[in-house]
Amino acid sequence: MARNGAVTWRRRTEKIESFDLSPSDTEEVHVLAVDDSHVDRKVIERLLRISSCKVTAVDSGRRALQFLGLDEEKESNGLDGLKVDLIITDYCMPGMTGYELLKKIKESSAFREIPVVIMSSENVLARIDRCLEEGAEDFIVKPVKLSDVKRIKDYMTRDFRVGERERGRGINKRKLRDSCDLSLSPPSILSSSSPSSQSQSPSLSPSILSATAPCSPSSLDSPTRRLKMTSSE
Amino acid sequence: MERNPMRRQLAVMRQSLFDQGYLDEQFVQLEELQDDANPNFVEEVVTLYYRDSARLILNVEQALERKPFDFNKLDGYMHQFKGSSSSIGAKKVKAESTLFREYCKSGNGEGCMRTFQQLKKEYATLRKKLEAYFQVPIIFQFFSLSTLLNMCF
Repeated sequence: MARNGAVTWRRRTEKIESFDLSPSDTEEVHVLAVDDSHVDRKVIERLLRISSCKVTAVDSGRRALQFLGLDEEKESNGLDGLKVDLIITDYCMPGMTGYELLKKIKESSAFREIPVVIMSSENVLARIDRCLEEGAEDFIVKPVKLSDVKRIKDYMTRDFRVGERERGRGINKRKLRDSCDLSLSPPSILSSSSPSSQSQSPSLSPSILSATAPCSPSSLDSPTRRLKMTSSE
Repeated sequence: MERNPMRRQLAVMRQSLFDQGYLDEQFVQLEELQDDANPNFVEEVVTLYYRDSARLILNVEQALERKPFDFNKLDGYMHQFKGSSSSIGAKKVKAESTLFREYCKSGNGEGCMRTFQQLKKEYATLRKKLEAYFQVPIIFQFFSLSTLLNMCF
């Protein structure tokens, strides 16, 4: 964009007061991606880069907090100089889960405005609800696709903060697909549904699964059917 | 239609990987992330997958050698393994992982062991097919001798 000090140059965006666009102040969105899986980190990083985002990928919630300068035990070491526009995090991670990270971010006065998107391989309604209630912007069911990234990027370019609470938790907030883990009927808000599911788990017995597997869906979680919103497969 | 016979052969190979159910839609997603600046992206991800998941395979193997089975632990490893397999579009491997997890949840040790053998077969078969497709070897690490012997059939 040409630097033009003349008063005839009008800009619609209100945040820029001078025309001095230094390299660190570009309009490219900066995303902090958090995932303990090396493979998933590589993929999400590429998905974001190809969608014209700057990416910082870390392997744990702890490191994410350190990057933001929120880690209690460690002093911020200046890495948080780059503004973060969006945080996308895996739900199931050892140590701090994505949910716990979400809570910490929303509890912080400095960072609670940053939209947080949760990714999970498990499509569990109770989990989705819990995250959205805690303030997550969206919930993506893995594996993450380009269309998912494009969708969340749209949140950042629109003035979503105003409409955030008003939009509520409609269908567009959830990624629902055809194959499902649990086989019972969907809640009534979901209008279109496919007749059959791919794989069905046997009913879960709480006595077998203990609290040491925090990310396994418990039998107390509401079952959900994944609905296919696209016509692929 | 590819005029180059080598390319045509690769296209046929690729199509059969989908037709025979080895790969799913997610693999196509990865292919779409490839461009002139990142021409080997898919190969890189697949290589990373095999390197990274080798550790998980080993963990499961070792856990299956300790009786009684710690189903929580087994399920935990398989959850991670399934996730990565899903991310690269490894359809058959993912299906075996899902089955393994179901056996974990119902505490079926026999089922776990049987499924794990099948999983390793699919994992190895996919590697061979992808190596042929990419035309480069995909290097393994961290394998126990028994796993190596099982896989090199």
